[in-house]
Amino acid sequence: MTASLSLRDPTAEQSPTRRARLAPPPSLDGKTVALMDIGKSRGKEFIDRLEGHFRAAGIATKRYAKPTNTKVAPTALLQQIAAEAQLAVIALSD
Amino acid sequence: MAPDTLLPRDGLVIVAKRDCPTCTLIEPVMQSLDRAGPLAVIVQDDPAFPSGVRAVVDDRALERSFRLDVEAVPTLIRFEGGREVARCVGWQRGEWRRVAGEAAAGDGLPEWQPGCGSRSVEPGVHETLVARYGDPKLASRAIAVGEWDDPIEACFERGWSDGLPVVPPTDDRILRMLGGTDRRPDEVVGLVPPNLAPCTVEKVAINAVMAGCKPEYMPVVLGVLEAALDPLFTLHGLLCTTHFSGPLVIINGPVARAIGMNSGVNALGQGNRANATIGRALQLIVRNVGGGLPGAIDRATLGNPGKYTFCFAEDESDPAWEPLSVRRGIAPGKSAVTLFHGEGVHGFIDQKSRTPEDLVRSLAMALFGVGHPKLCDSGNAVLVLSPEHWAIFRDAGWDRRRLEDALYQALKRPGRDLVYGAQGVGEGLPPSLADKVVDKFQPDGLLIVRAGGDAGLFSAIIGGWPGQRVRAECQAVTREIQT
Repeated sequence: MTASLSLRDPTAEQSPTRRARLAPPPSLDGKTVALMDIGKSRGKEFIDRLEGHFRAAGIATKRYAKPTNTKVAPTALLQQIAAEAQLAVIALSD
Repeated sequence: MAPDTLLPRDGLVIVAKRDCPTCTLIEPVMQSLDRAGPLAVIVQDDPAFPSGVRAVVDDRALERSFRLDVEAVPTLIRFEGGREVARCVGWQRGEWRRVAGEAAAGDGLPEWQPGCGSRSVEPGVHETLVARYGDPKLASRAIAVGEWDDPIEACFERGWSDGLPVVPPTDDRILRMLGGTDRRPDEVVGLVPPNLAPCTVEKVAINAVMAGCKPEYMPVVLGVLEAALDPLFTLHGLLCTTHFSGPLVIINGPVARAIGMNSGVNALGQGNRANATIGRALQLIVRNVGGGLPGAIDRATLGNPGKYTFCFAEDESDPAWEPLSVRRGIAPGKSAVTLFHGEGVHGFIDQKSRTPEDLVRSLAMALFGVGHPKLCDSGNAVLVLSPEHWAIFRDAGWDRRRLEDALYQALKRPGRDLVYGAQGVGEGLPPSLADKVVDKFQPDGLLIVRAGGDAGLFSAIIGGWPGQRVRAECQAVTREIQT
């Protein structure tokens, strides 16, 4: 993507211009992992396998799916995932 | 800059616009010079002008006018070997002959006629051209926004907003904002808490842009920030308190009228750009430069809506009233800012009192409720006196000082009524005060300011912050604004 507009940083510039990714949690104990199928082919197989591994490890999972892979996830779905899970795995399979 | 292949290395350039009467007057001269050639006419508004000239360069984007540093049109420039060797502005027959020779004689034209301003130096345009084609000389790092991204949403995502949309801080807007002050962009105004981060004039301008300020507000924004950073104001403590309070900004003096601040109808409410954005600019500086984020260092239990913005001007239209800034030591006629640790607006209704004595007792009853009716010295207050309430005092010959003294006396209570458990309420003062008469506020703790619409026997009480009780460490601050 080309940059079409440049803004100036209003902060004291004590943080990087790009936001750091959240650090992985030290443990999955007690956490719920969201498994989201974005709708690409064979995504379901990938999610099924992951679900089996998590279940074997005693980790709770919840499954979600985007209505279509061609558009970004609806806000309501993202809010639901944020409310119900602490981590997410997104199947970007093909 | 690479050589401009549309302009002659050896020859003449004229910068013109159809909208300029002098440019249209000398159209025959331009045609004559074209025949003598080589000539290029750079036109700022209409590429069909002038007629009869072969090399007309469309400069509606104004890049060439900017790069040639043209201030007025017509401007005639002679180039030799790609370098400018002579220039004249407006129409002066002698000068044009000197630069361009006999082909510029302009027979039949007046000897002299001044030109018009170049479009490239019109207000607001020049800063855009600097941002687009020049060096804006801004030190703050540039943040690229993708072609398909909404810049307002990008500001939200980066955490630069107070929750409302901000104006994206582009270079041209920042340059215009910096044009509102003579202070250097790299001057450090102070260290902004909680991170004690240095805040330059440039950072103030960026946040003022985001808040929606006009450039002429800059001296006020700078004055407000300087007052907020006075150690006596205790901005860090105010920021991290669990209490409701935030900075309340009161502006006095000619600058308030010059920038159109509201001191009248709905003075404490919405609808005035200067009131709204100056207070907001301070909050954005604290957030963005200082790092004072709600839920992080800002630990307010509830906060108050004034933490978006809380700023108004005092009504100084009545010469019988001593303005707040003058009362606090600023010379009459000077512009000033007073910063107070304000919680929120508490309405005061009294439509029956008709004498100053009645109204003082009535006001004191309401003022005693600040914080808690059984607490004293746990925060001061601002009383915003409306025109109709003020008229009751003025018509009886009272002035500010008499009103202040009367309220101070009326705001005393027997300690026995206020100690823990008294009146069946646990909250209150220590038992050691039971035999004393207690003041609600410190002797100079009640700031009275006039504002409001002409109709309505309503005034307003703005409670303060318990941090004010340590007077040596925390007070309202008043400072002159350098305009």
